[in-house]
Amino acid sequence: MTSISDSPRIARAPHVDLEATGGDATATPPVRRRKPRGTSWRTRLEIAALAGPALIVFVTFVILPVALAAYYGFFSWAGYGPATDFVGLRNYVTILQDEAFIEALRHNVIIAVLSLVIQGPIAIGLALLLNRKMRGQSVIRVLIFVPYVISEVVVGLGWSLMLQSNGAANGFLEKLGLENLTQDWLSDPNLAIWSLLLIITWKYVGFAVILFLAGLQGIPDELSEAAAIDGASYWQVQRLVVLPLLGPTIKIWAFLSIIGSFQLFDLVYIIWGQYVSSTAGTSTMATYMVANGRNAGSYGYGNAVAVIMFLISLIIALLYQRFLLRRSTDGALTEKKTGKKS
Amino acid sequence: MTALAAPRRRSFSFSTPIVYFVALVVVGLVLVPVVYIILGGFRTNSEITVDPAGFPVTWQIGNYLDVLASDVFWRQVANSAVSAIITTFFVVALGLMASFVLARYDFRGRGAMYALFTAGLMFPMTVAITPLYILIKNLGLTNSLAGVIIPQIAFALPVTIVILVPFLQAIPKELQEAAEIDGCSRIGFFWRMVVPLSKAAVVTVGILAFIASWNSYLLPLFILNNEDAYTLPLGVQAFASRYSVDTAKVLAFTSLSMIPALVFFSLFERRIVGGLTGAVKG
Repeated sequence: MTSISDSPRIARAPHVDLEATGGDATATPPVRRRKPRGTSWRTRLEIAALAGPALIVFVTFVILPVALAAYYGFFSWAGYGPATDFVGLRNYVTILQDEAFIEALRHNVIIAVLSLVIQGPIAIGLALLLNRKMRGQSVIRVLIFVPYVISEVVVGLGWSLMLQSNGAANGFLEKLGLENLTQDWLSDPNLAIWSLLLIITWKYVGFAVILFLAGLQGIPDELSEAAAIDGASYWQVQRLVVLPLLGPTIKIWAFLSIIGSFQLFDLVYIIWGQYVSSTAGTSTMATYMVANGRNAGSYGYGNAVAVIMFLISLIIALLYQRFLLRRSTDGALTEKKTGKKS
Repeated sequence: MTALAAPRRRSFSFSTPIVYFVALVVVGLVLVPVVYIILGGFRTNSEITVDPAGFPVTWQIGNYLDVLASDVFWRQVANSAVSAIITTFFVVALGLMASFVLARYDFRGRGAMYALFTAGLMFPMTVAITPLYILIKNLGLTNSLAGVIIPQIAFALPVTIVILVPFLQAIPKELQEAAEIDGCSRIGFFWRMVVPLSKAAVVTVGILAFIASWNSYLLPLFILNNEDAYTLPLGVQAFASRYSVDTAKVLAFTSLSMIPALVFFSLFERRIVGGLTGAVKG
């Protein structure tokens, strides 16, 4: 089996190679390889026919729009006709000087950090719990993943009905005789972001649990058993044997979680709408982008916001990969013993 | 494993009640909002106003029946189903083909191709949505499901490929060689061996693609402005703002809209964990 562990490092010049593999795969010059037979035109045709459709769709609808965003970001443009009003970096200057944007960015950072801090321990604990033999385990696994399967719209609607000032949450507190604990969960600027974090945790912790469970299944039982025989307690086994081995999975989850936090849109937009989110202190870069871009008819401006979001994500991703992820993606993506038919 | 289970279980027995208690609490917390939505659909609006956190006094099935009898609901279910099924089919087909190339062919530019697809993980739809909307508009696909389906396929490909490639790499080379000796071409090997063998991973990526499409909100929000083309998430939101006074009916509509994804998921839940094992294992 050939390993492609080097692939993430070749990301430097994807565009050049993209032309070579996408548009022109059949013309790839023969290179040194193990099986000279494999360079035949037939093989090249197979590669083009199999990978071509995916590449074309992916490049047209993922890469091209991102490139277009970079282009339109330099224009003042209302979204129709050719963009002619070139404004240089003015959009970017306006965005970075806009307090509303800085505020939104700050919320994104808070959400990213607290999502890790809150969801990580909960998810690890639940995954360890569910990794044990217990009755009803499969039912619990399904139930914990339920929020992840429910659409953001349903989640947002349900939670906003529950948390509004005359909603079920306050009603429940009153029933318990705790009237003085009732709050404006959604509109109080000091509380709203915590309500959002609660909803985010509820919605996405299941995904983390499933990832960790998958990771735990890849850890051979023999290791824990050997440690147990050597006299390690259950918690010692988890802390010293299982958790370190789960490290790569945790890193991948944390990466996905951070990137997701910086792109957060649906829940905020559904619960708070485009205007209320800024007064409630829950606006994000994405809601800022939609409110000030598309909804305001300033597509050039919206694209510039998108570019900033992309750059922030890219920088985070590169730093993360550079310092944390490299070894684990190598492991995760090229692991030799994976994918046993289970 | 079984031989050693006995001593382990003994040391666990102390904490077992705690474990079950924690599990129960977690399940309760997870289910409360869902139960709230479902039960709310069985109540009347005055009940909800007077006692927002109560149980139905008299179970009203009228709200649910109204929703089930409305054309709007079923049209949106159909739109969501068409979009999710077509998306899933193409994500699996294109993803499997591309992953096969990445996993089993040796050619220049393979590393770059793989890097390109994995880089796609960093391009969530939020970043690309504005130009994507313009692109779709220029293609004349606004207000059509195709305008939602095609970008969804494109954005689902990175995850699909990241999950499938290690899976396909794990198919032993000997199998391929044996097939070649028997006169099977590589394409033949793909159809006869790879497709059946990768069923577990295919189910995983298929479910993820289906759920993502079923729940997709941002893309339809931009692409679909005509109510006839609405998918369920947009429909739920439109319904909720139009009948904002009729909370009970909104809740009934909402709970009916989440059933298909839940059923679909619970049928295949086991497979998701199995299929992800290859992709996240360190």
